[in-house]
Amino acid sequence: MAHSKQTLATAESMAHSQREIAVSEFFLKNRHLLGFDNPRKALLTTVKEAVDNSLDACDEAGILPEISVEIAQTGARRFRVTVLDNGPGIVRAQIPKIFAKLLYGSKFHRLRMSRGQQGIGISAAGMYGQLTTGTSTIIQSKIKNSKVAHHIEVQIDTRANKPTILKDEELAWQPQFFTADKDGVAQLSKEYTHGTCVSIEMEAAYIRGKLSADEYLKQCAIVNPHLCLHYRITVLEAAGAAGATGAAAVTAATGQGKGQGAETPASDKKPAVAAGAAVAAWITFERGTRELPKQPLEIKPHPHGVELGMLMQMLKDTTAKTLKSALSNDFSRLSDRAAVEICQRAALDPKARPAHIAHRESEALFKAIGEAKLMRPPTDCLSPIGEDQILAGLKKEITADFYTAVTRSPEVYRGNPFQIEVGIAYAKPDASQDVAAEDPVRVLRFANKVPLLYMGGACAMIKAVTGVNWKSYGLAQPRDAVPLGPAVILVHIASVWVPFTSESKEAIAHYPEIIREMTFALQECGRRLSVFLSRRRRQAELERKRNFIEMYLPHLALGLREILALNEKQETQIIGKLHKMLERTHLET
Amino acid sequence: MAKPIIKKTDSKPAAPAAVTRKYAAGKIVAVAQDVYTDIIRKNARPTMRFPIRSLSNVKYDPKKGHFEILKKVATRTLSYNTVKTFAQSMRLMATTKNDLLDKNDIAGKREIYYNSKSWGECRFDEQPESDSLLDDMEAMLGINREQLGYIPEERGGEVTGPVTVIDRDPGTGGDIRINCEKLGTGAWSIPSQVEHLRFESKAKFILAIETASLFQRLVHHRYYERANCVLISMSGVPTRACRRFIRRLSDDKDLPVFAFTDGDPYGYCNIYRTLKVGSGQAAHINQFFCVPRVHYLGVTPQDILDYDLEDATHPLEENDIKRAKDALKNDPFIRHYKEWQAALNQMLTMGVRIEQQAFAKHGLNYVLEKYLPAKLKKGAFLP
Repeated sequence: MAHSKQTLATAESMAHSQREIAVSEFFLKNRHLLGFDNPRKALLTTVKEAVDNSLDACDEAGILPEISVEIAQTGARRFRVTVLDNGPGIVRAQIPKIFAKLLYGSKFHRLRMSRGQQGIGISAAGMYGQLTTGTSTIIQSKIKNSKVAHHIEVQIDTRANKPTILKDEELAWQPQFFTADKDGVAQLSKEYTHGTCVSIEMEAAYIRGKLSADEYLKQCAIVNPHLCLHYRITVLEAAGAAGATGAAAVTAATGQGKGQGAETPASDKKPAVAAGAAVAAWITFERGTRELPKQPLEIKPHPHGVELGMLMQMLKDTTAKTLKSALSNDFSRLSDRAAVEICQRAALDPKARPAHIAHRESEALFKAIGEAKLMRPPTDCLSPIGEDQILAGLKKEITADFYTAVTRSPEVYRGNPFQIEVGIAYAKPDASQDVAAEDPVRVLRFANKVPLLYMGGACAMIKAVTGVNWKSYGLAQPRDAVPLGPAVILVHIASVWVPFTSESKEAIAHYPEIIREMTFALQECGRRLSVFLSRRRRQAELERKRNFIEMYLPHLALGLREILALNEKQETQIIGKLHKMLERTHLET
Repeated sequence: MAKPIIKKTDSKPAAPAAVTRKYAAGKIVAVAQDVYTDIIRKNARPTMRFPIRSLSNVKYDPKKGHFEILKKVATRTLSYNTVKTFAQSMRLMATTKNDLLDKNDIAGKREIYYNSKSWGECRFDEQPESDSLLDDMEAMLGINREQLGYIPEERGGEVTGPVTVIDRDPGTGGDIRINCEKLGTGAWSIPSQVEHLRFESKAKFILAIETASLFQRLVHHRYYERANCVLISMSGVPTRACRRFIRRLSDDKDLPVFAFTDGDPYGYCNIYRTLKVGSGQAAHINQFFCVPRVHYLGVTPQDILDYDLEDATHPLEENDIKRAKDALKNDPFIRHYKEWQAALNQMLTMGVRIEQQAFAKHGLNYVLEKYLPAKLKKGAFLP
């Protein structure tokens, strides 16, 4: 019987096409998982990943961070993002891997609070740029005690998830930061002996608004009041955009002129701009404080936060010789006594070899760990922003007349310590352009000091804000929605492991413990807001009374003057006396 | 059986202390001086005190014959809540003294309301505001507003009958004699000021009538000649001038007075009661503006039955019932007289009211040919 033309696959032919998939290939096809789903978001994600890395590096090195972000349009749908920091710099050998190898980094394997977690972000941004424009990621970096800086251009070999170095040279370079003078002309404001500059060109789109890099940077400035941030964006005018691609590339190169060595700072003052490109002035978000945030400590995992697979891995990898010592050494809050107890409960020999247990009895062990009563994990590993710093950040960037902030005590979800902070800035209606009275309150979401702009609807923070009864604190609130009012609500979660709903790190998962903590913090801020609002209502009432009294006292005095034929001085005296009396009895609170 | 229907009143309250404009101005200065002293010397929030003007602050003393004001005093202390009224009172007193009393001028209530429009934010927004402050001022000073230079806006009533009123020429001050019997088809209007009037009369009594139409009928048929009485049209609740005129005429010539109104709670408790004992609102001056000797002629609820008028009545309306019940409960005058309580209760039981014109059922002139003579002869009046 004649077979159809279509040949059926055999196990052998199938085996022929079965091969390993590199992580980088996977993410290339699933770039939405990393926040590169559309050109607009790609721009934001790139800025975000670079700035997060800079801030993490500065915080870890105890450096007061200064960062500049420049976005320059190089074509109709092309932008170059250049981020410069005064961080500790990166040693030459690490540069290619950090910027052109996915899942390479220092933060994944430890439980320590930091902005980045997985070591994907900046490499993914470079990969995205490479994919959409064919250009390389350009890095300059200088460490403090080195005479020279390194200039490296890398691409990622997506098959092998390995960096390909296209250029690697030494040069004289140091980070320079610029501010605009009153005419908008860039002026050198600060130079450092160490720092890193990364520049990526990519297909992107720039639209102002709540989901833009502008907003991201502003929120960064709020939540990192110790950060000095410079920002400028150069956009091609629509008319000249089509033909200007080539020329604009020059602009971009000049735009990161501070990366071109000390001999070219002059070019920064008047960048050679392609016709049609509007060069914006540098915007500087000044520091609100020079106090560095507390250094978070690294902790071992808490037994209750470990899943079965991870437990097995840890037992395999441990250097301990016995199960008991593996438990008590590699976990926090697990004393020898508790380790023995767990072993007994699981009917395991405490002296057994951990690797052995990993294969055979890990399930029994996992169950016993879950049932054991243990101290909660240590919480000194967290570095909250702090109430004072939140206030400083809000005051710096949001025009309002009431600010409050609450930092809750640390709590635990699934064995991971976390800490919730909430801040509220409330403006006089119409007094500020940042917030409007009739609009929903703006909720600024932060995880480990990183602004979250997308997927608010899926986020535990919005759920917590929506769940609070704001009417009792004096704000209007439509059913099942965020309250209305000229206010900004800031919610921050600090944790060694922030439970995001996806790898693009945009929304917090709905853990009841987390939502409860957020609710408590929001309610505390709400109570303070309501005290303020009722005091202000009282003051408005007093003001109204004062005006009323001041309006009629002169008439009373005039009447008396006419009846008693008093002179002007006596009339004034009457008004003065009456004013004092009414002030005493009616206008004092 | 004939009762002494023409009874002399025992007490004859003197005319309202006729005060000079200078005296009135002095009172205003005194009040203002108190306020000034409070402020400057005592360093205290100034207060103004005046009697509460309401039915709850009057009592009926049949010996005195009028509503007498009690001791309840309202104190207006300067505060946020009173500062506007306080200022308005001061400016009102200043205007009264400087523009009316000192300049020997007069003003209507509505004029003074418009005058306040020049006071900026202190102005009166509606006339009831200025009226109320005028009443306050008159109570506080103890001087009726006519003597402060305020003239009533409404007409004071009309007079026809065998009486000659001796008025004076506003220009020369010379006498002008008005014979109210020789006014043709019209009537003489009672002026707002009646204190200076003198009377000559041979009439036997005064008949005060509620409605102008019945008054016209009686004038048309020269009832005043037939009954030898002075007819006065009150047109509703009698004005102060009307009450004062009746009082002065009846005192001067010792004439009994009878009231003839619609048979409804308004006619009893508002028109008649105010004529006889004064109003709760102006209790501080009732002493002069009332006619204690007046008696009520009709139409009484019993008249409806006696004169076969059941089919000429109207059902009591809700506010009639409310007014009657309110009077039975709160009006010191009604509460003093069982006869009035009986009459009101009878009316409530019957559930109907009757108008003066209802007698036309038996013929247009039945009222003056049969009803009035019969009632006057019978002498069964309500007190």
